[in-house]
Amino acid sequence: MRVSSYFTISALALALAATPALAQQITGAGATFPAPVYAKWGEAAKAAIGLELNYQAIGSGGGQNQILNRTVDFGASDAPMDGEKLKSGNLLQFPAVMGAVVPIVNLPGIEADQVKLTGELLAEIYLGKITKWNDPKLVEMNKGVTLPNLAIAPVYRADGSGTTFVFTSYLSAVSADWKSGVGASASVKWVAGNGAKGNDGVAATVRQVKGGIGYVENAYATQNKLTTTQLRNKAGSFVKPTLAAFVAAADNGDWKAAPNYAVSLIDMQGATSWPIVSATFILLPKDPKDPARSANVMKFFDWAYKNGADIAKGLDYIALPTAVQDAVRASWKADIKG
Amino acid sequence: MPQTVASPARRTSIGDMIFEGLATGAGVLVLVLLGAIILSLFIGGLPAFRAFGFGFLTSDDWDPVKEIFGSVVPIYGTIVTSIMALIMAVPVAFGIAFWLTELAPAWLRRPVGTAVELLAAVPSIIYGMWGFFIIVPFMGTYVQPFVIDLLGDLPGIGFLFQGPPFGTGIFTAALILGVMIIPFIAATMRDVFQTVPPVFKESAYGLGCTTWEVMRAIVIPYTRVSVMGGIMLGLGRALGETMAVTFVIGNTNRIATSIFGPGNTIASLVALEFPESPAGSLKLASLLALGFLLFVISFIVLAISRMLLRSGAKA
Repeated sequence: MRVSSYFTISALALALAATPALAQQITGAGATFPAPVYAKWGEAAKAAIGLELNYQAIGSGGGQNQILNRTVDFGASDAPMDGEKLKSGNLLQFPAVMGAVVPIVNLPGIEADQVKLTGELLAEIYLGKITKWNDPKLVEMNKGVTLPNLAIAPVYRADGSGTTFVFTSYLSAVSADWKSGVGASASVKWVAGNGAKGNDGVAATVRQVKGGIGYVENAYATQNKLTTTQLRNKAGSFVKPTLAAFVAAADNGDWKAAPNYAVSLIDMQGATSWPIVSATFILLPKDPKDPARSANVMKFFDWAYKNGADIAKGLDYIALPTAVQDAVRASWKADIKG
Repeated sequence: MPQTVASPARRTSIGDMIFEGLATGAGVLVLVLLGAIILSLFIGGLPAFRAFGFGFLTSDDWDPVKEIFGSVVPIYGTIVTSIMALIMAVPVAFGIAFWLTELAPAWLRRPVGTAVELLAAVPSIIYGMWGFFIIVPFMGTYVQPFVIDLLGDLPGIGFLFQGPPFGTGIFTAALILGVMIIPFIAATMRDVFQTVPPVFKESAYGLGCTTWEVMRAIVIPYTRVSVMGGIMLGLGRALGETMAVTFVIGNTNRIATSIFGPGNTIASLVALEFPESPAGSLKLASLLALGFLLFVISFIVLAISRMLLRSGAKA
């Protein structure tokens, strides 16, 4: 008995030793939206600098709770935490990566990026005011495309999600009716349509219902080849959901003016900007119980800033501008007790 | 059946005492656990009860942005889907049990009975996926458009069948729930039908009864209590079912008049909203309060069934 358990232990030790270096673990929890890119970064960082990331995508609200209770090394949230809460929780907030949200549709005979929409029209669709695809307002916007006489079936995220926060923030920014009637949050009181669980649930429902419209993270739309649409941006030009358009929006963000890096990248200036872009954030305690672990978290994100841009791009996320990365590094030095 | 059992011989040893203590502890643990769960749900939900008072039970508003929460929509969805599921499941389950115990050839009884028990062991997520990828498109493409066209314009009851054919909705959720609880109810019914002493049935047959008459006059009255128990078991599962319902109910916090309209249930709403509810928020309290209400509903269902059984036993 003793002998066999001795062998098990030594076998385990061997297995552990076989992994490159001796990986130190950091734990994080929160937003689901950046989870794919964190996972890839984690794999790459383990090989490169021997840091093993254990990230649990439990949702932004959950991530905030976990870091406030200090049960993880860092929390992750799509919606920036408000300043008061950051102060009372003694947390530093910094952006990790950016992503975009895109509308998807299911219309027979219509291909990706053919349909042109505006934020106002999206708001009216989700408010249940425009109910047919051949509504005069939609037809006028889409000359040259034959929109069918189909009922519009809006689909939204039934589970609370950062994607919904970003999407409803956009609708609130462009539609006064939406702002006063519904507002922006991780889950809202939807007026029309059906709810589905997760990005995949929304995508599957839109795919199943003719006349369906939904919104998903861009990474999800690209990987599953969903029928996306064009959107009109603040400058009044129609843009397709491409990486270049997302980067253009990110470049127009006023990072310096935003407290706690809580910059809004919604409805940005610039003729080529995609209007629904958002950063996702990391929350780190300013007075870590175990400074070594916090140092490892910073080491991890420092590595990810320097070397993770290609991985992010491959998954259709957008890396932070270099200037912002440097500002974050300065914040780490200034605010985190080592 | 209350029976007097002879008291055990008194021969206490240390081992006996330890065993008695452990057994008593296990019994008490159930009560303590139940009480602790109810209490912690109630305390967690207290801020919501305090903020909205009785309005929490009567308001159909669920607005996370303005932080106004009411429980009418999920309670309505929970009860309606469960009752519709029972209406669909009980006759089928009865048919299965009847066939298995009275009509099926002997060599078929065992395999079919095992199959029914296996169905009961299928995880609910499987039903959810099956519902979402097979039943929802089928309902949305064939059943709902047909029924909406056929009955939607009828005066009086037409409103029950209107709306866009999403495929999801209250009716689809009830259908999936019904399929899920059939094996539970059927397996219980079969087991209790088999407990009827053969001599009762033989006497009835001897008097010239048909199979159906034996079923109605001998088997059902003899097993009534246990049959109700099986149905309640199914209802209990339907009330608390989460994943399968989430996939197919449409998840809206509005009450739809149409049976094809979307809705929500308590369990589904809690599962969906929980990850995005910050600690100490009114939303989290409201979700816990909903959990408490689900507990209360289950308790009421159980109490009613007991009452029915008792009054039935007296008559």
